[in-house]
Amino acid sequence: MTAPLDLLDLDPSLTEEERQIRDVVRQLIDDRVRPHVADWYEEGRVPARELAREFGKLGLLGMHLTGYGCAGASAVAYGLACQELEAGDSGVRSLVSVQGSLAMYAIWRYGSEEQKQRWLPSMATGEAIGCFGLTEPDHGSDPASMATRARRDGDDWVLTGGKMWITNAPIADVGVIWARTDEGVRGFAVPMDTPGVTAREIHRKMSLRASVTGEIVLDDVRLPADAQLPEAVGLKAPLSCLTEARYGIVWGSVGAARDCLETALAYATTRTQFGRPLAGFQLTQAKLADMAVELVKGQLLALHLGRLADAGRLKPEQVSVGKLNNVREALAIARQCRTILGANGVSGEYPVMRHANNLESVLTYEGTSEIHQLVVGQRLTGVSAFA
Amino acid sequence: MNIVVLVKQVPDSGADRNLRNDDNTVDRGSANNVINEMDEYAIEEALKIKEAHGGEVTILTMGPDRATESIRKALSMGPDKAVHVVDDALHGSCAVATSKVLAAALGQLNADLVICGAESTDGRVQVMPHMIAERLGVAALTGARKLTVDGGTLTVERQTEEGYEVITAATPAVVSVWDTINEPRYPSFKGIMAAKKKPVQTLSLADLGVAPTEVGFDGATSAVVEHSKRPPRSGGAKITDEGEGGVKLVEFLATEKFV
Repeated sequence: MTAPLDLLDLDPSLTEEERQIRDVVRQLIDDRVRPHVADWYEEGRVPARELAREFGKLGLLGMHLTGYGCAGASAVAYGLACQELEAGDSGVRSLVSVQGSLAMYAIWRYGSEEQKQRWLPSMATGEAIGCFGLTEPDHGSDPASMATRARRDGDDWVLTGGKMWITNAPIADVGVIWARTDEGVRGFAVPMDTPGVTAREIHRKMSLRASVTGEIVLDDVRLPADAQLPEAVGLKAPLSCLTEARYGIVWGSVGAARDCLETALAYATTRTQFGRPLAGFQLTQAKLADMAVELVKGQLLALHLGRLADAGRLKPEQVSVGKLNNVREALAIARQCRTILGANGVSGEYPVMRHANNLESVLTYEGTSEIHQLVVGQRLTGVSAFA
Repeated sequence: MNIVVLVKQVPDSGADRNLRNDDNTVDRGSANNVINEMDEYAIEEALKIKEAHGGEVTILTMGPDRATESIRKALSMGPDKAVHVVDDALHGSCAVATSKVLAAALGQLNADLVICGAESTDGRVQVMPHMIAERLGVAALTGARKLTVDGGTLTVERQTEEGYEVITAATPAVVSVWDTINEPRYPSFKGIMAAKKKPVQTLSLADLGVAPTEVGFDGATSAVVEHSKRPPRSGGAKITDEGEGGVKLVEFLATEKFV
């Protein structure tokens, strides 16, 4: 279906099941997201609950997890779904990433059986929405310095602190909140209606406007002992969740880039200047060719990482390679496509500027490009430059 | 209720479609082959009936080997199993022969209800439900925009040019549906993954007791003798208003019999 851009004929490398999952997500995005997303973006509002239920019906939420109502699909299928979601909008993909790869994954991987039974089935259907609180106003790339504290009071835990830039927080039913304790970092499944929890929506974003972002304030939030995720010990627990989400971004960013390039390609073949289509100019062809080359390289990289994940061999630094490259190149493609569309490139009538603005966030969330350079650098040199 | 849905694989109607130059049949080799769109509504209707009244939904497809992909896709929406009639001798079959084969297959499936799309996007002759019902000796409720099941009684709102007719029949019966009847569901991921484990039985002409000479080009009651491409669309007429533009527009509309 993406025939002109599938320069390397990657389709046959996918199983029939993977193609079907990709195609049904593409159809859903075409039907339910594309017709509305420009308005959502302009208004800075998105019907997140409605979308979550639609996505849940399909099986998108926590699709790569097993049991508890989750679909149990492969990592490649999950990646392909992320590619289609983000071809719609990075904010829409973020909704799914945060729900499935951060909140649900954290509970699925580190939660007790009771916590899994309580939250995962309703999160899989989209009835319950989750968020993931790690980043703080003063602690972004350096979560080890987090200021949020959890102290024991009898059997209870009492949480104090604040989290920032938390996707879905203002609409969430449950927050997976990370806090420092006397024994190190621990995670908590916090019902968002617990007294002392407030989640304020962050406005005036110039990026990811079709996504709900919030700030969480935790003011002496008293939680029963069983709110703590028993298997999460230390910072490596939340970091492992980030690796899950970053994997989705490796694929998703390529989707945004593909949508930009499809748009620019269509525009270049129909827009006439100096008596011929833009596509007939060598400078335009050079741009299109360079972008298509980067796109297929990104897709190959994503597919390779997906196959490694399905074989159980994917390492965090490999995900860093993918996130660093694919987001960086996707942003470059979005900006370059903008130039082909001229003034129309900045219009909401076309998706290009929206994708470019979104990718500015994607470039720095879930580990900035610089952090991923440091992860790769450490792997190469054996020397850690950031801890 | 035992429901059989007829599903046909057709070339994607949204893309360029061709007839083969060697034998004037539909060119399936170069096409993107998909489930006939109207059949998805038939599947949805069958699933809704099953969900409300219980029973089993079986997909029945006649087509070449590559129709398997469409069968899997149909199964991913939720039906229980499929029967695929595949035989090289079927190539070139006319509608009459096709109905003979499908009726023979239905004879083995013991269906209370057969549902199909009102037409296929490649043939567009709309005769299959009538022919099959005739061969099976059951009622044909065609062109439904609404179907109600009450025990062994089927009630259909039959879409017409002016409105609709209400017709009823007892099961077993054949019902054909238009795209006004429902909104087909998206296959869920669980459905997609479960589809590959669902049984697909393949039947040959020999299994059905139909002789190869009764179908294909040999048994065809009609044949496409020749075909040619539709001529490319010519540019529309441009009317420049020099005072009598309105008159010219009316003349154009009258010539084209629009008014």
